[in-house]
Amino acid sequence: MERIPILRMGDLLLVTIQVDMHDRLAMTLQDDLTQRIVSDSAKGVLIDISALDLVDSFIGRMISNTAAMARVLDAQTVVVGMQPAVAITLVELGLTLHGVKTALNVEKGMALLGKNHF
Amino acid sequence: MSAAHNTAVPFETGLLDKRRALRTARLSLPLRTDEDVVYLRKHVREHAVAIALSLVDQTKLVTAASELARNTIKYGGGGEVHLDDMLDGFKKGICLIFVDDGPGIPDLDLALRDGYTTGGGLGLGLSGSKRLCDEFEIDTRPGEGTAVCIIKWKR
Amino acid sequence: MSTQDYAARISQIVQDHQSGIGAEWVAQLDALTVRSNVVSKEQLRNHCQQFLAAFANATRAGELQNIEHRSWDEVRDLLADISSSRARGGSTPSETATFVFSLKQPLFAELRNGFAGDAEGLANASWTVTTLLDKLGLFTIENFQRTRDQIIVRQQQELLELSTPVVKLWDGILALPLIGTLDSARTQVVMENILQKIVDTGAAIAIIDITGVPTVDTLVAQHLMKTIAAARLMGADCIISGIRPQIAQTIVHLGVNLEDVTTKASLADAFVVALERTGTAIVPKSARA
Repeated sequence: MERIPILRMGDLLLVTIQVDMHDRLAMTLQDDLTQRIVSDSAKGVLIDISALDLVDSFIGRMISNTAAMARVLDAQTVVVGMQPAVAITLVELGLTLHGVKTALNVEKGMALLGKNHF
Repeated sequence: MSAAHNTAVPFETGLLDKRRALRTARLSLPLRTDEDVVYLRKHVREHAVAIALSLVDQTKLVTAASELARNTIKYGGGGEVHLDDMLDGFKKGICLIFVDDGPGIPDLDLALRDGYTTGGGLGLGLSGSKRLCDEFEIDTRPGEGTAVCIIKWKR
Repeated sequence: MSTQDYAARISQIVQDHQSGIGAEWVAQLDALTVRSNVVSKEQLRNHCQQFLAAFANATRAGELQNIEHRSWDEVRDLLADISSSRARGGSTPSETATFVFSLKQPLFAELRNGFAGDAEGLANASWTVTTLLDKLGLFTIENFQRTRDQIIVRQQQELLELSTPVVKLWDGILALPLIGTLDSARTQVVMENILQKIVDTGAAIAIIDITGVPTVDTLVAQHLMKTIAAARLMGADCIISGIRPQIAQTIVHLGVNLEDVTTKASLADAFVVALERTGTAIVPKSARA
């Protein structure tokens, strides 16, 4: 079964979403991330969506849920690289991604995670 | 593998022929699986690029299509979508008509309200799609089915 | 007489009397033209001569109805050049079309001589020539319009560029002064530009200054709010500055919710807030002593 790869960098998990995800794939990613946070004792999750030209309510919910579950497991989530067209569409759609921190790029995302670590 | 796919959904809706005069081409696709949604997104994106919609307008249309396609599968029990290229004088546009023969929507006003959901979703599919597109029309009859039509024009 | 024969005859007449027709034509134009500073006398004479030569060639080929035919390519290209340069120089479309129409009189004069004694021939030839020149005159007008449209589009783009200048105030702090009246369509484009610039520069904070915007209506206010929401989704933040008393009144009157948006009257104040947020402070030198 196809999966989106999750990389580990110290106590951070890094996910780069580069494909047009169908709903099942998104759910699998959510499950995988939650499992890896526990198995790798991760303190932070960085989700890079700079390659996504579409974020609909399902993917939005997947991201919110992942962040919520991570928080329960004492890990921070940051979503980076949202494209302007996607951001504008999400605002129009009414999707707020409540409880999810965002940053413009991976570098800033890591800085954000580093700050809130301790 | 089942026999040749029959795309004719029994729900009779006038929306399918409403703007017939402006239609220059129609592409009909089934909506039954997750992959069908991804496939539809690709096609909508291609057509949107072909009529030179701005990047933001492309994104809005594809996102609305994704939302409505998911609704068709999740609440309508599967169905089909018709992707029409439109031409009104010199104005180009894309029309998408989602049809299913599912249970229909009993309370339309409620369904169109932001946040209302019966399926654990975010409840933004219908209302959100309406905001994202230039034209939005819905024909639903409880017990018979639902058809949703959205149109986006090149500004 | 067949069309081919007419064509050959007309062509011959034009060729034989090219300089005479040309001189008469220039004289006509002199008398009619209001603006003589667009095209110099020299240029005018050249244009006329070139046109007559091309016209003679084209008619000889025999196609007298359809000016889109390739035998008329040279004539059309020439007219397109003349039309474009006049459009850029500020001529009106009529002045440019007049260039073609004023050829009629001198040409008819020569046709009368050339078809002397042949009343029917003269009538046919005159009709043919007049419809040809009408079509060519209309062609110059269409071309003129097209050039002007291109100029307008280019100017609009330049204006749009001007209306969203980006000023980097400090590391991670951008100032985006909005200038001019914002209608709904323009506001959307401007907002998209702002977001793109935030991504391009990686700015943490964007100060949107609306000092240069005379009025803010509901739509513009809504667009502003949406842009700020989008910027936040992307991971940046916005501050609105340059809110004049009248605009403040309008915003309150319209019931726009500005609760979670920082707004400042001046760009300077907004800059200070931005510095604070990014962890920087400006300290007077004397304080360090």
